[in-house]
Amino acid sequence: MSINRRQFLRRAGMITALGLGSSFIISGFRKKEVAEAAGFAKAPKDLPAKRWAMVVDMSKFKTEADINGVIEACHKLHNVPKFPNTKDEIKWIWKDDYHHTFAGGHNEYLDDHVLHSPFMVLCNHCENPPCVKACPTQATFQRPDGIVAMDFHRCIGCRFCMGACPFGARSFNFRDPRPFIEGEISPDYPTRTPGVVEKCNFCYERLADGLMPACVEKSNGGLIFGDLDDPNSEVRKIVSTKFTIRRKPELGTQPSVYYLVGGGEDA
Amino acid sequence: MYKGGKIFASLIIFAALFTIPFFYNMGKVNAGPDVALNTAAIQQLPASEQQCVESPEFMRANHMQLLNQWREEAVRNGQTVYVNSQGKEFEISLQDTCLKCHATESASKPAVLNNPVSTTAGVSNPALNESPEFCASCHDYSAVKPLCWSCHFEPKEATK
Amino acid sequence: MLEKALSGSKRYWIWVTLLLAVIAVGLFAYMNQFNNGLGVTGMSRDVSWGLYIAQFTFLVGVAASAVMLVLPYYLHDFKKFGKMVILGEFLAIPAVIMCILFIFVDLGQPMRIMNVILHPSPRSVMFYDMIVLCGYLLINLVVGWTTLGAERKGAPSPKWVKPIIYLSIPWAVSIHTVTAFLYAGLPGRHLWLSAIMAARFLASAFAAGPAILILLCFIVKKVSKFDPDPGVGAIQSLVKIVRYAMIANVFFYILELFTAFYSNIPEYSAPLRYIFFGLDGHTSLVPIMWTATALAFLGIALLVFPTRKNGAALTVGLLSIITANWIDKGMILIVAGFVPNSFERVIEYAPTLNEILVTLGVYAIGALLITILYKVAISVREEKAS
Repeated sequence: MSINRRQFLRRAGMITALGLGSSFIISGFRKKEVAEAAGFAKAPKDLPAKRWAMVVDMSKFKTEADINGVIEACHKLHNVPKFPNTKDEIKWIWKDDYHHTFAGGHNEYLDDHVLHSPFMVLCNHCENPPCVKACPTQATFQRPDGIVAMDFHRCIGCRFCMGACPFGARSFNFRDPRPFIEGEISPDYPTRTPGVVEKCNFCYERLADGLMPACVEKSNGGLIFGDLDDPNSEVRKIVSTKFTIRRKPELGTQPSVYYLVGGGEDA
Repeated sequence: MYKGGKIFASLIIFAALFTIPFFYNMGKVNAGPDVALNTAAIQQLPASEQQCVESPEFMRANHMQLLNQWREEAVRNGQTVYVNSQGKEFEISLQDTCLKCHATESASKPAVLNNPVSTTAGVSNPALNESPEFCASCHDYSAVKPLCWSCHFEPKEATK
Repeated sequence: MLEKALSGSKRYWIWVTLLLAVIAVGLFAYMNQFNNGLGVTGMSRDVSWGLYIAQFTFLVGVAASAVMLVLPYYLHDFKKFGKMVILGEFLAIPAVIMCILFIFVDLGQPMRIMNVILHPSPRSVMFYDMIVLCGYLLINLVVGWTTLGAERKGAPSPKWVKPIIYLSIPWAVSIHTVTAFLYAGLPGRHLWLSAIMAARFLASAFAAGPAILILLCFIVKKVSKFDPDPGVGAIQSLVKIVRYAMIANVFFYILELFTAFYSNIPEYSAPLRYIFFGLDGHTSLVPIMWTATALAFLGIALLVFPTRKNGAALTVGLLSIITANWIDKGMILIVAGFVPNSFERVIEYAPTLNEILVTLGVYAIGALLITILYKVAISVREEKAS
């Protein structure tokens, strides 16, 4: 027993490293067996697209009830909670007035009716999403069909994406949402865990089943959804022939939500 | 070695303290979980559908890795169908595929929430938060706490 | 060497116990946040970053400021800083650790923090920030520990540290530049979308960091037999650095004000109008910002005129500069970046008690680390002197 402290520590360290290393190698080998003979496929009814987009035809939203019904349909389906305190608020699709939705450079002579007419707002599913660039874990990512999606399993809740989003489309689960879900729980979509960011997902879970997004279904034609890349799609026809506006186009994010103002015909 | 005696004595004491739980439980019978693989829900299914997405041996050893793979494929790659080693196809869904068979059988828990005003903030609704018995039986035994149920749940349809 | 921190005077132990008590309170507050979510803070859907991220930003600057000693001493052979360099490096280490802790307490899902490494995202500035911060911590640990260890043995520092020391100079600049890029690259946040953001960050860092270091030197001189500046004027040289950096910082700020107000683009001036005059009747930051403005000019004045030679006036000047920078960077810059929000609505933010306690806890951890590291460094010096 004639070793000094330095040697003792060195040997102890080597043995520990050896133990940890070999256990890692063994578990590393074991992991390989899992993928055996398994494959994955798209759902048979899955709707294909190159770039999903939405046109909001404001002429179709005549009353508050029209708008609230659409919001309700989305928030019920996705178990979006209703917090009494607006600080904790979570929104996927909501309404704001023209004045605030298209903030910046106002025409001061616009009459109050126009300034305060309500607009539907939701995630723009930008072609160049700043939130996706910001995310340090790729928890938010862009799918090949253009949808900017969230992987709630991976989100660390750093909220960099919320700072990056110029449209205020993202909400954070400051509290446990479950006690604040009103009425019956929707079985079609999971709830969220505290500490993750969430937002509209263009109902990709419904698209996989061959269905249109819940808001579109509920909107009586006020929301038109389709593939912008397909020249025959309705959204493409509207966007290419009629006057539509988008929120903050000057930032270059290329939003996929278009607003058809002044009605369908006269634009 | 400088103060070698003291070092080794403390190392032995440390190792002894560290391993007390193992020695304490040595020789004691601790019944393993009784996992019901043949529940009423499964028996109701036609014989061809009674088999899980993979063999029970495979699932027992690899269900976590499989679930992770399912999650990556479904959430990130939009691949919502799993083709198993026999070429059979399954929808990737914890709730609709796994829980169709492995749901809690005992109590039917209505998936209705309390009035938010009367519920205290920060406390999850207990009606939603419980791990299905099938999962819990093993995980409780081995003291593993999967986080699936903080978001996913057993819907009413599955628990009837 | 660490054993030197285990023996000390009664005052030393009272101070350490006090810090441990504050850490315990902070930890308790953090457990509350951990269990109940970030809802216990004042942050909201609209102001989604608050006190934590602001402290992180401020402390990155403090960490980077060690370069203001390292660069003159090693690159220009400026011998006056010889005794202080180690104090600069030992201030950088706790500062970086506090930065990492502030990021950690800000996370909604802290247990998943390793996802940043498991799923590296080279398009995210946060990814690079993690790399430069961890790297800077490592560099300072290695350099500080080795040079001090060599000094204790009375030997020159080993040769292999030299390149690492040189590396630490651009690295220090990089940590604050990358931190500025976190903000300066975001579209739609007009207060942050500025090309001179990184320059402003560096200027304010090189003012506040060395100012804190000078005050620490005053404390060291009071509580120990070690004098970091035995009549060689190192502190007066640092004062010059603080003064010019602060002047540059104020100058950069005025540039921002000019562009925003003269161009008259409403989006660009809105956050600044909110800070200085209030927006839509919301004025909670206005008195704070004017305090910072007054302190900035007071600090510069005290450091420009001969008052800088007077101990008390110098202390007041340095404290003013630190406070002005802390208000600007450690509070207002981050909060006002979110005001007005994407819908041009003003939603204000105020930290909650829980948030403040967590923040104090993290600062106490930093203070404890500084205490321990400085104790080690001072003991080694005292040992050599006797």
